[in-house]
Amino acid sequence: MANGKNENAEDRDSATDAFELALERTDARYVLRLYVTGMTPRSQRAIENIKEISEEHLAGRYDLEVIDIYQQPERAQEAQVVATPTLIKQLPLPLQKLIGDMSDKDRVLIGLGIQKKE
Amino acid sequence: MYHTEQPRRSTHIELPKSPTGIQGLDEVTLGGLPRGRPTLVVGRAGSGKTLLGMEFLVHGALEFGEPGVFVSFEETPEDLVQNVASLGYDLNDLRERNLLSIDHVEVSRSDVIETGEFDLEALFIRLGYAIDSIGAKRIVLDTIESLFSGLMNTGILRAELRRLFFWLKDKGVTAVVTGESGEATMTRHGLEEYISDCVILLDHRVDDQVSTRRLRVVKYRGSVHGTNEYPFLIDETGISVLPITSTGLTHTVTSERISSGVERLDAMLEGEGFYRGSTIMVAGTPGTGKSSFGASFVNAACLRGEKCLYFSFEESPDQIVRNMQSIGIDLVPHIESGLLEINSSRPTMYGLEMHLLMLLKQIQEKQPRVVVIDPLSDLIAIGTTKDVKVMLTRLIDYLKTSRITTLFTHLIHTREKMAPSDLAVSSLIDTLIQLQDIESAGERNRGLYVLKSRGMGHSNQIREYRITDDGIELTDVYAGPAGMFMGTARLVQEARERAEAEARREEIASRQRELEQERSAVEARIAALQSVFASQEEDVRRMIEAESRQQKIIDADTRAIGKLRKADASDDDKKVQATIGEAEEER
Repeated sequence: MANGKNENAEDRDSATDAFELALERTDARYVLRLYVTGMTPRSQRAIENIKEISEEHLAGRYDLEVIDIYQQPERAQEAQVVATPTLIKQLPLPLQKLIGDMSDKDRVLIGLGIQKKE
Repeated sequence: MYHTEQPRRSTHIELPKSPTGIQGLDEVTLGGLPRGRPTLVVGRAGSGKTLLGMEFLVHGALEFGEPGVFVSFEETPEDLVQNVASLGYDLNDLRERNLLSIDHVEVSRSDVIETGEFDLEALFIRLGYAIDSIGAKRIVLDTIESLFSGLMNTGILRAELRRLFFWLKDKGVTAVVTGESGEATMTRHGLEEYISDCVILLDHRVDDQVSTRRLRVVKYRGSVHGTNEYPFLIDETGISVLPITSTGLTHTVTSERISSGVERLDAMLEGEGFYRGSTIMVAGTPGTGKSSFGASFVNAACLRGEKCLYFSFEESPDQIVRNMQSIGIDLVPHIESGLLEINSSRPTMYGLEMHLLMLLKQIQEKQPRVVVIDPLSDLIAIGTTKDVKVMLTRLIDYLKTSRITTLFTHLIHTREKMAPSDLAVSSLIDTLIQLQDIESAGERNRGLYVLKSRGMGHSNQIREYRITDDGIELTDVYAGPAGMFMGTARLVQEARERAEAEARREEIASRQRELEQERSAVEARIAALQSVFASQEEDVRRMIEAESRQQKIIDADTRAIGKLRKADASDDDKKVQATIGEAEEER
């Protein structure tokens, strides 16, 4: 950065390359937390749906933590969860909240930043 | 209104209530908010909803042993702590002592994607967790309507809210739910549909550039409540609603009398002065010494050892003290001993309600026995006649119930009669003393009379009064055949009268002297006449004596002649002789 104009241009090129590379990378790890309320049908549906989507699109590179807030109410507070079920995409950034039973697959994919496979 | 219902109500099973600890609000709601039920507090931004909720919790925690949860959908806990720190509440301390729990529920639509059916169970769990962790009895949800901006599926949201309020009732916590005022509906999202036990409306209006906060209990199921709009204020001690339970003519009275501080004025009031707890108005045109009457009254009360509050809307405390010193009333020792407190504020500083609230707050804090408001007309000037009367009625009722004797001074502008607006106020007054300046013969004098004084046979006389170096002095007004005179004219007239009286006395004396001379003349004449008479009488007597001597001589001569003639005496002569003889013998 501190040097000449040419080097700057090179940097920019390399940054763009890196960005494009990152987009194509398939090994970005997903950290997902699903907050549910016990084993209600809606909770189960949400768990099934997110697992299915994750297996399909993120196989082998996601961690899914299912949190029963009946058991751990303080975690709902920490994570600012209001509605259930709520899925929080902790990583990759930005943080994203998805609420509902994850039955609207398209919206879940948008929320997770996964491009739909054609 | 509810006063009449109170005796009847006591036989009913009382709806359990949670006192808010907010000054005046518990009186309006007759004990507080419905215990174990949600109450909706509606108002626009800045109307004091959050503060009302927070005070409800803080008072609950500190005064009624009921811990509380504050669920904030807008402000962060740090902001809340800071905002109420200025009111002297240390929320962090309460949190450490497990008396208060603050949960910030952050909802923003931008970072939420809805992917199907959901419920608000997480919110319930969080509330339940917060409630159970400190054993809360009270909860505030401020402002739950924020959920509507965070969640798109309002169908689910409404159903969940309905469930939430049932759940809160089930939990047995007393909830305060705040809501923003809406255009068509009471709240923007129609929360009043779900919360119908108690609804309180907060309003913040600006009339004539003066803002006034007002509170109204729109509904209160299962309880009577004050239905009026009550002004309230937010100051450094939080919210206070104008107490109105005193509104009603149920105060008991005393026949104790207290001095007005002006000796001869007391004399005009049956010689004993005002009734304790009565409301006195000293009305007068400018420069008639209204404040001096107020100061005299306060001075007398302080000398009796009674606590006094003097509210001035025209002069600063220092100015009052200095001015009163010039007429021989020294208020400094009373101020130093704490018996007297002078509060000065500009009438235009606040609205009318605000002023009265400030007065009431001060009165409640200081608990004085005597209050002077100088002058009342300044307060009247900042409101409409109707407002003023309503507010004054409340103030006066409160003062009477507390048996505080109050003296209002009142500036009137017409010299002849009181203006109609003044009369409207005067009906609330027990004793009305009218001060008048009377101009005649090139000077202005001050006259005073008691226009009315309820419950006592007061004097009907106009008295002249003078403001001297030793306070207020009343003198008799000259009222004679030539009219009514005051001041110098009175002195002149009195002098003239004295001169006339003197002249009359002189005349009488001279007439008396004349009479005396007449008498001696008459007596002299009588004496002269008597002496003439006496001499005449003497003459007559002498003549009689001479005559009788003459007669004897004649008789003797006759007898001697008869003897000489040896003449017979006739019968008559014999009788005469006999008689004379007898008389001679007797002699």
